[in-house]
Amino acid sequence: MQHTHTQDTLVGLFVAAGIVGLFFLAMHVSNLGSFVDNDDGYVVTARFQNSGGLKIKSPVSMAGVKIGQISDISLDKNHRSIVKMKIKSEYNNLPSDTSASIFTAGLLGEQYVNLEPGGMDDFLKDKSEIDITQSAIILEQALGQFLFKKSADDAHK
Amino acid sequence: MLQLFQHLGHQTLSSFRKLGRGSYFLVNTLRGFPNILIRPRLLVNQMYSVGVLSFLIITISGLFVGMVLSLQGYYTLSDFGAEASLGVMVATALVRELGPVVTALLFAGRAGSALTAEVGLMKATEQLSGMEMMAVDPIQRIIAPRYLAGIISMPILAILFSSIGVLGGHLVGVGMLNVDDGAYWAQMQSKLDFRDDIINGMIKSLVFGCVVTWIALFEGYDAIPTSEGVSRATTRTVVNSAFAILGLDFILTAMMFGD
Repeated sequence: MQHTHTQDTLVGLFVAAGIVGLFFLAMHVSNLGSFVDNDDGYVVTARFQNSGGLKIKSPVSMAGVKIGQISDISLDKNHRSIVKMKIKSEYNNLPSDTSASIFTAGLLGEQYVNLEPGGMDDFLKDKSEIDITQSAIILEQALGQFLFKKSADDAHK
Repeated sequence: MLQLFQHLGHQTLSSFRKLGRGSYFLVNTLRGFPNILIRPRLLVNQMYSVGVLSFLIITISGLFVGMVLSLQGYYTLSDFGAEASLGVMVATALVRELGPVVTALLFAGRAGSALTAEVGLMKATEQLSGMEMMAVDPIQRIIAPRYLAGIISMPILAILFSSIGVLGGHLVGVGMLNVDDGAYWAQMQSKLDFRDDIINGMIKSLVFGCVVTWIALFEGYDAIPTSEGVSRATTRTVVNSAFAILGLDFILTAMMFGD
């Protein structure tokens, strides 16, 4: 009967190792871990003329530090993009005139929201709105404007 | 000419007959599952020989596959200055494809062939007929616990393979090649989705577990009861499992990751 006890133990260890492995994959490899610690936090909104390639779960950062993520993107009545951002509750000292702009990480990287702190004494709270925003730069639009301007310049000569 | 058609017809009919026997066998096996609840001892014994004994080959293969992926990925990614994406590349490849597929192939070689040989020899030495004489259903007593053990073990082994592989990739990428530790994990966490990547990988390995164990047990049960017949059945198990795994993998990938 000694033998079956060893087998029991080894099978138990095997199943436990599987559960630990799954936990590791869920928390450490995939994004499930960030759901858990992001439950506390407050939501601020910002309206952009164009939110470009911003996606839900894109990072929100200030001075290069990730302080939250995008929780929702929708369209308002005036055809502007409403972006809801969930900011971690430990960063509760953002001035109320903070401005938001959409940047691209590197030339081909993903887009993120960068917050630039203002100078007011009161802070952003849950459900407050960021008024000063700068839209994403769309490469085709920028190129189009540049070419249009260039051809207009050439016509004047 | 007539002989050619006769041969073709014979082949077609016999393969259909085999498919029919296989399906009937599968249904009987599934019907034997409630019986396992009465004797969980049988399941634990089989989990040991199918799962625990495959543990070592799976983890060592996982470690080396992860390390090689990391090494090869680094050489290509560093050309584009994208070493920071090494973690994403290693983890995606492992969790979505290599984890389930390589585990299933190794499982077919390690556990599947052993199951076929065991059941085939039981048949050749008339142990199965002996059981029937004692009014013990060999499918309930022998086959069903082995089948359930295979189905449970395969996803566990695939999870272990992927986890160890990610750690192996970390070992080489961060330890040897000086990729940033934070970038390795952070990019991985932001790009991999639990539902889309990890659960889908587990579903794949569950399907492979059902198919590989089914093939292995049926080939053993259906083997010609001679030593040559058992050896042929063992070969067929490994070859047919490999075909089934790779074919199913394509179909499952097309269904899961197409958006």
